[in-house]
Amino acid sequence: MQLLQVDNLHVAYGAIRAIQGISFHVDAGEIVTLIGANGAGKSTSLRTISGLLRPYRGDILYQGESIVRTSPERIVKAGISQVPEGRQIFSTLTVMENLQMGAYTRRDPQEIESSMQRVFRSFPRLQERQSQLGGTLSGGEQQMLAMGRGLMSMPRLLLLDEPSMGLAPILVDEIFEIIKAINAQGTSILLVEQNAAMALSIADRAYVLETGRIVLEGDAKSVLRNPQIREAYLG
Amino acid sequence: MNRILAKTLLRPVVWVIYAALAAGLLYGIGYLVQLNGPTYFAQAILDGLRLGFVYALIALGYTMVYGIVRLINFAHGDVFMVGAFASYYAVARYGWSFVPAILFAMVICLLLNIVIERVAYKPLREAPRIASLITAIGVSFFLESFTALRFAFSADYITYKRPFEVTVWKFWGLSITNATVIIVGVTLALVLGLQYVIRRTKIGKAMRATSLDKSAARLMGINVDGVITFTFALGAALAGAAGTLYAIAFPQIWTFMGIMPGLKAFTAAVLGGIGSVPGAFVGSLLMGTVDVLVVSFLPLGSRLRDLFAFLVLIVVFLVKPTGIFGEPQVEKV
Ligand SMILES: Nc1ncnc2c1ncn2[C@@H]1O[C@H](COP(=O)(O)OP(=O)(O)O)[C@@H](O)[C@H]1O
Ligand SMILES: [Mg+2]
Repeated sequence: MQLLQVDNLHVAYGAIRAIQGISFHVDAGEIVTLIGANGAGKSTSLRTISGLLRPYRGDILYQGESIVRTSPERIVKAGISQVPEGRQIFSTLTVMENLQMGAYTRRDPQEIESSMQRVFRSFPRLQERQSQLGGTLSGGEQQMLAMGRGLMSMPRLLLLDEPSMGLAPILVDEIFEIIKAINAQGTSILLVEQNAAMALSIADRAYVLETGRIVLEGDAKSVLRNPQIREAYLG
Repeated sequence: MNRILAKTLLRPVVWVIYAALAAGLLYGIGYLVQLNGPTYFAQAILDGLRLGFVYALIALGYTMVYGIVRLINFAHGDVFMVGAFASYYAVARYGWSFVPAILFAMVICLLLNIVIERVAYKPLREAPRIASLITAIGVSFFLESFTALRFAFSADYITYKRPFEVTVWKFWGLSITNATVIIVGVTLALVLGLQYVIRRTKIGKAMRATSLDKSAARLMGINVDGVITFTFALGAALAGAAGTLYAIAFPQIWTFMGIMPGLKAFTAAVLGGIGSVPGAFVGSLLMGTVDVLVVSFLPLGSRLRDLFAFLVLIVVFLVKPTGIFGEPQVEKV
């Protein structure tokens, strides 16, 4: 079943046409990755899915319904959550408060509490640091907090924007293990990465984005074997 | 490296400057105490703190709104004025007592500020900041002049009818009125209540999150526009209470009465560190004290008080623009 379907999407910042007609989809249960160089339009795609930007052409269907005119808060409520590039932790809110903000659209305190416990099981270090300010965490911990916060809305689809950015290789491995575990528990994932090798190693399918257009798509293994891709992104 | 070295070397110099300032302050206080006697001085401090409490209620609105939309809402002092008039009508025309009158003023100001935000500021949210700043000045002029029209509040000075009789108590030569007690009590209750809302409630946490990072807040599903409106409403309710309390302390009102208290509360917010709630409170107490000390001790003090307030503003901007509690600009590594 198609969970998310992006159809001929065009997005511009004023006169700058960042996305020029891309189409892709995410099926329920999949990990799909969107790879491409800096400036290719990966973050712009995710921001548009989350409702922060409006496309000037094209459509985005979530569970069969168009969401291009839907507000960000309704999109979160509907089950799409984003962990933004650069983490965007609330630096002077505590770890706990950051997680509570992730559950902003939810009402039932008991359900929120049980989500919190689940996040703490996935990221034990967050529990240890729950009353610390978000800004005092290390880069890896902030990434964990950002992901934990993204999970607090119980999303069906999690959008991850460069989760490996700026992290030491061991931490990158740890983060990707966690992404696999989140997916195994039933959350579909759209993963944006510049670290193509890593992303392709855990993804089911991949799309390669170049200056606002998709230049290659296919299952992750075949993209990984593609000679042009090997040369351009995997060095 | 060099900057770190320079900082370590400069530290003793900074301490010497602080010590000199503290000594100067102590000497100044000693001088003032012996000038007219300790009772006179203590009375001035007391009156200054009372004024500072009122400034605090205004300053909180400036600082919260600045924290969330980076806008200095110059119309805030005029919202305060409307608060004074609202409670005046409640008391003088409808014969309401203090509590309903102050609540009425708070609600009127809250509604007014929501309208101002929606009509004047929200359409300019994405425009350059200077546009909303100039609009704020325009809204301020509009409120002052429009309310001065005959069919509105009129341009006259109006004697404010207090909702209660003033009683004076004497303690060691100091006079304390029930009005002072009410001003301090109401302000403390409101400030503590505000602190509770900001620290503990869901909407308060959303306010803090929104002031830190709007796009991240949107991604959490926070209705950022709603949070902004809520912040304007909260600040205005405090300004409405401040208008009522100010009129009780200085029972003469007119439609331009908001300008000076507004500017002084703004100065206090800058002094405390714009964006900081505890800063606005502490800055206001200092500001009120300086204000009354100038009036009490300087010849022509009542004419010089405004000059002094702006001197404080300029000095803060020059010496420490982040104010007492302001967060220093975080350097990103
Ligand atoms: N806020 C913005 N204003 C104007 N142009 C932008 C903005 N954000 C991104 N762009 C431009 O849009 C293009 C795509 O950017 P982005 O989606 O951030 O790429 P990626 O995430 O793949 O690195 C780039 O050319 C970038 O310069
Ligand atoms: Mg990006």
